[in-house]
Parts: sequence; C-alpha cells; structure tokens
Amino acid sequence: MLSDKDRIFTNIYGLRDKSLKAAMKRGHFDGTADIIGKGRDWIINEMKASGLRGRGGAGFPTGLKWSFMPKESDGRPHYLVVNADESEPGTCKDREIMRNDPFTLVEGCVIAGFAMGAHTAFIYIRGEYIREREALQRAVDECYEAGLLGRDNKCGWDFDIVVHHGAGAYICGEETALIESLEGKKGQPRLKPPFPANVGLYGCPSTVNNVESIAVAPTILRRGGGWFAGIGRQNNTGTKLFCVSGHVEQPCTVEEAMGISFRELIEKHCGGIRGGWDNLLAVIPGGSSVPLVPGADIIDTPMDFDGLRDIKTSLGTAAVIVMDKSTDIVKAIARISYFYKHESCGQCTPCREGTGWMWRVMERMAVGNAQKREIDMLLQVTKQVEGHTICALGDAAAWPIQGLVRHFRAEIERRIDEFSRDADADRPTLVAAE
Amino acid sequence: MTMAKLKVDGREIEVPDHYTLLQACEEAGAEVPRFCFHERLSIAGNCRMCLVEVKGGPPKPAASCAMGVRDLRPGPNGEAPEVFTTTPMVKKAREGVMEFLLINHPLDCPICDQGGECDLQDQAMAYGVDSSRYKENKRAVEDKYIGPLVKTIMTRCIHCTRCVRFTTEVAGISELGLVGRGEDAEITTYLEQAMTSELQGNVIDLCPVGALTSRPYAYQARPWELTKTETIDVMDAVGSAIRVDTRGREVMRIMPRINEAVNEEWISDKTRFVWDGLRTQRLDRPYVRRDGRLQPASWQEAFAAVKAKVDATDPSRIGAIAGDLSAVEEMWAMKRLMAELGSAHIDCRQDGSINHPADGRASYIFNSTIAGIEDADALLIVGANPRFEASVLNARIRKRWRLGNFPVGVIGQNSDLRFDYTYLGAGTDTLSNIEGASQGFFDALKNAERPMIIVGQGVLKGENGSAILSSVAALAREIGAVTEGWNGFNVLQTAASRVGGLDIGFVPGEGGKTAAEMASGGVDLLFSMGADEIEIGEGPFVVYMGTHGDRGAHRADVILPCGAYTEKSGTYVNLEGRAQVASRAAFPPGEAREDWAVIRALSAVVGHTLPFDSLLELRREIYEAHGFMRSDAIVAADADAITKLADRAGQLASMTFASPIEDFYLTNPIARASKVMAECSQLAQGTKLEAAE
Repeated sequence: MLSDKDRIFTNIYGLRDKSLKAAMKRGHFDGTADIIGKGRDWIINEMKASGLRGRGGAGFPTGLKWSFMPKESDGRPHYLVVNADESEPGTCKDREIMRNDPFTLVEGCVIAGFAMGAHTAFIYIRGEYIREREALQRAVDECYEAGLLGRDNKCGWDFDIVVHHGAGAYICGEETALIESLEGKKGQPRLKPPFPANVGLYGCPSTVNNVESIAVAPTILRRGGGWFAGIGRQNNTGTKLFCVSGHVEQPCTVEEAMGISFRELIEKHCGGIRGGWDNLLAVIPGGSSVPLVPGADIIDTPMDFDGLRDIKTSLGTAAVIVMDKSTDIVKAIARISYFYKHESCGQCTPCREGTGWMWRVMERMAVGNAQKREIDMLLQVTKQVEGHTICALGDAAAWPIQGLVRHFRAEIERRIDEFSRDADADRPTLVAAE
Repeated sequence: MTMAKLKVDGREIEVPDHYTLLQACEEAGAEVPRFCFHERLSIAGNCRMCLVEVKGGPPKPAASCAMGVRDLRPGPNGEAPEVFTTTPMVKKAREGVMEFLLINHPLDCPICDQGGECDLQDQAMAYGVDSSRYKENKRAVEDKYIGPLVKTIMTRCIHCTRCVRFTTEVAGISELGLVGRGEDAEITTYLEQAMTSELQGNVIDLCPVGALTSRPYAYQARPWELTKTETIDVMDAVGSAIRVDTRGREVMRIMPRINEAVNEEWISDKTRFVWDGLRTQRLDRPYVRRDGRLQPASWQEAFAAVKAKVDATDPSRIGAIAGDLSAVEEMWAMKRLMAELGSAHIDCRQDGSINHPADGRASYIFNSTIAGIEDADALLIVGANPRFEASVLNARIRKRWRLGNFPVGVIGQNSDLRFDYTYLGAGTDTLSNIEGASQGFFDALKNAERPMIIVGQGVLKGENGSAILSSVAALAREIGAVTEGWNGFNVLQTAASRVGGLDIGFVPGEGGKTAAEMASGGVDLLFSMGADEIEIGEGPFVVYMGTHGDRGAHRADVILPCGAYTEKSGTYVNLEGRAQVASRAAFPPGEAREDWAVIRALSAVVGHTLPFDSLLELRREIYEAHGFMRSDAIVAADADAITKLADRAGQLASMTFASPIEDFYLTNPIARASKVMAECSQLAQGTKLEAAE
C-alpha cells in the first residue's frame, strides 16, 4: 500500500484548503524555476527515467512523447494540449484533480510546456464538467495573479494557459478530434500521419497529454525520476489514480501504487465487494472500452499495464468497474455498446455502421432473442471493426463485446435457449372458430 | 522531384515520393477500390475501402489513400518497403468494409438512377458477399431538398463526403455538410435550401452511389441504352469537353469529359442541364411570313422567298450577323456567300464588342490559357464576372487562389466570386489610377513575375471600349504582364462562336456595317445566324437560320431551321484560341438541316453556288486559310499586338463596368427554352413563387 509520504495528490478529496497559498504550503510550485533552470534535456531524461506511461489509457511513455517535439522551432509556435475531456464511462480521476488539486496540473503545464518549447497550453475540458472548469479557471487566475503564469513569470518560462470548454462529445477525447474541436471544427479524428508532434493544433507541433500525466510531472521532477520508478513494477512504475465504481462497499478514487493487486485495492480502499468476494461476477478494469474479466481471474492480478495485459484486458484509465452477481452482464455490455453507437462520430464506415449493428445484436442477445450462430457472427463483426477505423473508437466498441463472448458465452447461450423455450408461453391457446 | 522505391505485390516500382500508396499501387497496376478518394479533392480517408497491407507496419491494414509513400519505413536492411493489395488480410478487410457499407444501403438498384454506373454496385460484385448477415432494420434517411438540379435519396448515402469536399473546395460554397454523428450522420444543406453554386451539378458525378442524382434526368433512361458522343460545349466560350448521351434522336443528358487543359472534369450547370431546352420550342420546318404571320412552308417555298428578296435587293443593302452559337464552318460558308453576293456587311459581334482581328489575335483571346492560370502569381479582373461568364474557368482561378500567395484585384462589380479579392473600384476612374485605390495591390501586381489581367466583354463595347482595351494593354505593359514566355493579357469572351468568328474575319469588310448598324435598318435583307441577343429594328427583311423559336425567330420573315450544337459537326474556337470540333450526337428535328448545308443549298438557289459539296471540302478550305484549326493545340498569339494596342491609348470616358451576363441561366436560346434553366433562374433571382400549402 502506498504510504502517505509518496502521494502526489495531497488534496484529491478536497478536504483541505484549495487555494494557491495552501497548495504552495503543501509543496506545489516549490522550486519550479529551479527545475526549469536544469534545462529541457534534463527534464525529458528524468521523465524517461521515471518510466511514467501516459495516464489517458494507451500507456505511451510520456518522456518519449515529449521528446518527439522538434528541438528547434521552425518559426511555428509549439503547443501543449491537455486532454481533460474525461468521458470514458467509469473514469473520474481528472475531475478530482481539476476541482480539488488543480495546481498540480497548472504547474505541470508550465514544466511540460518548457520541456517541449511551448509557450501556450490549451486545456480542453469535457462539456459536462462545469464545476471542474470553474475550479480550474479559478486556479489559473490565481496563478496569473501570483505571477506564476503569463509573461516574465516567477517560473522563468513565459507561459499562458487557456481553459477551453468542450461541448460534451466522447470522441473529442481522441487527441486529433480534440485538436479539431479546439480549432472550432467538428470533432472528428484526423488521419495519421502526420502526427500532432509535426502537424497538430493550427498546423503547429503539438503534444496532447492526459491531465494526470501532466499533473504528476512536477512531483516526479522534484523528487527525481528514480523515486517514481521505485514504486510499482518494472515498466509499470509510479502511482496511479484508481477510480473504483460499481458493486463495492465504498466506491472511491484513490491514489495507489501501480501493480497493487485487485484484492488489496478493493479490501484496503473500498471496503470489499458488496456481498463478499464470492459475490464477485466480473470486473472491467480500465474504463468501459476494455474487455471485462471474470472476478476469479482478476482477484490476485497486479493492477498495471502488463499485469492486465496478461489476462487479455487493459489498464486503460484505471477506472475499475466492479460487477457482482446481481448484474445482468449481457445487458450491461449492451448498454456499453449503445454508448459507443451513440458516440461514434460517423466519419468512417466500419465504426459508423458497425457500432449500430453490434448494439442491435447485443440488445437482442440481452433478452435471448437471437440464434446461437449469431454469437460468432457478432464476434466476427467486432473483428471487422477493430483495427479498420481512423481512430480507436472502433476498437473501444469492439473490445467489450469480445470480452463478453470470451468469458460469458455460456450465459448468452443460456438466454437464447430460455427465450426459445418460452417463446410461445404467453400465446393464447388456439380455439377453432365455430 | 525525388523518387521513392517500393514494392507492390512483389513488383518493384519507383514513384514520386509525394504519391499516396493508392497512387503508387495504381502505378504498379494493382487495382484499389475506393469511394471517398478523388484525385481533385482533399483526402478524407473515411470509406476505408482502399485498405492495403503494409509489411512491417502494425498488424492491421492501412488506408492507402491517406498514407504517403514517404511515410513508409524501409526494411531492417534497407530493403524497399513492401505493400500488398491482394493478401487474405486485405481481402477480408475490404469484404468487411463492403458489408458495412451495404447493411444500411437500400437494395433498390432496380429503381436507382445510378444503376449500371454505380461504384458501390461494381465493387459489391468484387468484394460483396452473396447474402446479408444483417437481420436488423435498415436505416432510413429523409430526403433533403438541395435545389432543382440535384435529387437526393439520402438513404443510399455512404457518407464518403465527396460532395461536401467538392462544394467547399472547388465550388467555394459552404452550403453542404455532414450533420449529426454516428449512424445518424446525414448530408444536407442545413436549412434545406437550394445550393447556389453554378457548379453544383458536378456532385452528381462525384457521388459514388445513387444518393445524389440528376433531378431532370430522374427515371428517364438507363446508362446502357444511351449512345455516348464526345463533343464540345457551347454554353460559354470555355469550350468544356462534354459527353452527350442520346437515346434515339433525343439528348437524355450531358456529362463532363476530362480535359485537363480546359475544364479538368467539371462543367457548369448550364452546360449540364440545358438539354431539355433542346427538345422544346424547336424550329423543325421552314416558315415564311405571309399576311403578317409566320406560316409553315416547304424548303422550296422558303428558298424561293429568300431568292426573290435577294434578287430585289441591292448587294450593298444585304448583311449577315452570326450568333453566339455558330460554328466556324457555317460562318465561313456565310462569309463566302456574302462575298459572292458582293456585300461587306458581316459581323459576328452581335453584342457590339470592339474586338477586331485587325488588332491582332492576342487582343481578343485568353493568352495565358486556362491551365496557365495555375502558373500566375497575381490577377487583376477588369469589368468581368468570371463566375457567371465562365464558371469553370472561375473554378480554376479559385484553385490557384486556394494555393495561396495569389493577390486578386477586381475593378467592376463587387460581387461574390467564390474567392477573396481586393475590391479596387467600379470603373474607368479606378482603372486609370489603381495605385490610388490600393497601393498594396498595385505593388503586388507589379512585383509579380507572372501577373494576369482579365478583361471582360462587358466593357469592350461602345465608343469607350477601344480606349478601355488600349489602357488595359498599357497597364499590362506597365506591370510587365507580357514577357518572353508569359502573356498575362486576357480577354474573357462569353460567346462560343466569337473567337472562331474573329479568326476567320467575320467582321465588317471595307465600308461594311456593324451588327448594330445592320439591325437598326442599315440593310434591307439581313441573314441572322441565330443572332438572338440583338434587337432587330423595323426595316430589314430577316432570314433567320436558327434552332429555337426565340427572339430572332419572332422577328423573322423567313425561317430556315438548322441544327443545334448537338446536332451538327462544327468547329468552335474557345476563348484561349483552341479549335475544337463538336460532334453530332443526334439529328436535327423534323426538316431542320445542318447550317452549312442550308447555306450551301441557299447559295445554289441565289445563283452563287459555293464550291464545296461536303463538310470535308468546306473544312479543307478553312484549314488552308487557318491551319491552326486542324488541331486543338493552342498557337500562342503574337504579343506585339498588345504593345500596339498600348501605344494607341486613347481618351477614357468615365463609366462604371458591368458584366454582360444579366442572368447566368438564360444566356442563349437553348437555355431560354429549358424549363430547368428557367427554374434555376427564378431561384437565383429570388422570383420563384410557390403556393402556400
């Protein structure tokens, strides 16, 4: 279990004073100018040494991502874009950072901006996050007043932060769709290549990072990459905000060491599974887009990128959705399918047509109104969508269904059998007309 | 141009490194299916049909239209990157995409106008499966009204967004878009208003399925029952390459052909939809005015009436005016006939233009050429509205403008040209003092290496016309628009017949009268070759040789019915000076005959038989005099003409410039006979009235 001294987010529950002054007392903005004084290369090397992997879901090494930005500007400005469009169902970590501990993010923006030669950061906040935007804007304003942002600031790197409010579309959490939306266009993912590091926001080199990835950077640099790398397992280092929801006694968002076992996470922080461990049915460990796993498979699995990959799922955003045996698991996945059908942007064919198809079949399977051969057909359709689309939304729509079929095929078949058995149970008995 | 090596299906090829994988695959002879990709539009990469396998890349197929050859990585030992288009992975991926495209596509091919020339149909044959696994309800989408020309059946739409990209990028309107998201995404004009572009018909060709089809052509014919004739358009002076599709003797539709030098693959709506005008109001038999009324007559009676009048008239009182749709052949024949009769009164400039072959050919053609617009680096438009006078040419200007670094200035009407420009002023006062209007633009024009000036027909008439032409020539000389290898002096002609007419000298000879003088009573016998845009006053006996019962026919005393541009073989010289031969796609209706044959027959009747019995003999005569008409290549005109014009600079009287086109849709008798054009015109003028429901 992570000891309190190793926690990066010291006010994640908002129980303490949220002002800049109090945040500085807790150590934020301590020696920011010194960190910047050490230079770009030092920062990037230290980030690489920390082993921090992007917290937005894909787990791409953050230090490496920063290093992709051109070293010298070719005349175009560089931009840092912070992805605060936290829309993945189950995920609620960035909102806690923004409303309770926003200065971690603000300080992170300055440092990350310096590391990639950007003088401007755009923070794109999800449309539904009204209070979070207000809190973050307040924090940014406070920093401007305190001379920590703007021209000739105390951090030693001219820096502006623009907080931009989205309109509430899941797809705008995809980095290129976010950039399009930020530019004022329809939020549809761009074709890659070119990647944002070359041609990003307004055609300039840009890096899009998750809120958490940026927010942990100042503490990593203050305490050293080695400290961060010392927590967790090889390749899966550091601390992580886990958002546990569903059928646990106390759902919560908690900062824990990577690689903590599922059992420990639930026992220590969530008061156990509702109805005890025997009542655990399945877990979606990384937000709605990752495949579910049956409870028995995950209980002693380390909660990190590699540990979950070994059981054919993914850490994603570490949004752990716990489902006990009262859950209608097929219906649950059908609901997720509906979400992806609803949020598909409609740009490319497989996702536009496939998500609707998958959802409709799922709805029928939820009540058993299907043929058993359709299970394999459904699986094939998910494979036809996966990997054939412009962005990863197609994959995200396909994986939950693949996970369901992998682990709960028997349940689907049982429903189909039941449905056929009862098919004419409520039909009136036929009587010959006189 | 740097080249890149790659292997496609094991075949090593070398292609320019800016190529996309799709282009490279085509170069290697591998066929790649596509819906959204189009050579002349930006890349969307959304249909996912063109997936290919890239060796060494991620274990999923890549969209070949969106991936550059440049983005490929060589193998570990520097081997050429490899791409596969026929592997099981590719085949499976394409079948998957095809299945997705078809699940919500209606199976209404039997009643779909695209049937038989549908990309989806063709590719479903190659990649489709025989039966559907989709058991849910299909999506239905409400049809949208987007104007009188383009019919929508939106359920068929596969969201390739070609139409959106065309209207935005080429046509320059942002009136069509994709609203909604996911499977609810729909193509619409937002408020379901008609599109305002003069190029909107092209979305019909671009649509790979039957979602956007031609409204006037709806349910008229099937592509396989049409006879296709490649010919040239005469609605404006651009000379767009078109294909006329006929069934029997009726023209069923008109489509563009690719001619990179002229129209790329776009045509204007007037060109495309004028065909219903070829069926109505036609003159299908001769008429002779008796007792004040035009009455049907036989050819003999009509010719006899003409002969009687010719015999009774002094040759110096006979004249001929060629209209805007006349081919070179009939003008040549008429010129010969008038010379035989002993008259110098001929004119092909019914609008009163001052263009004259004596000023040199460079003084009346579009010297930079249409393709040359793309090489220009600054443009001044004087008294022209290219959007209406030459819509396709305007698209070329917009294409150049989109590339950037292309300052455009306009003197004349301040209207929407579909690209941004500096508005300098309204007339001659600005023309003689551009620095005063905008020093910045004048400097840009002067510093440009290949500046262009386009001067419109609207200002080149009347007493002031010559002075304006001269001062534009002087300006061209001043800004260095005429140099070795570049001629930036351009006249924007609007009549298809004009350059050809000027080339063969169909202008008043010594002591000859102009069209306006003839029409106002300067002659007693006037041959009107479809001259419908000029008011002929009381006095002359008018022999009208034309196609439609339009203004000219109403004024006529004898009507000799002739063939329209789709009904005769004729040479048209476009505004660049490019001689192109239009082919006959159908026969003239009823007793109407090809124009040159009518003139030839008439010449025998009046006793001055012309020395050609076939079109070939007639053409041989023309070619002997004007060799360049043998081919459609452009012969650069002698630029000295512009210097001479500049030296002549006269006194400019103050006036404001106006375009000669008052109504784009109704510029000639064929268009005026078209119901579709009438509706478009009403829409454009805002006079279309609809009963409230």
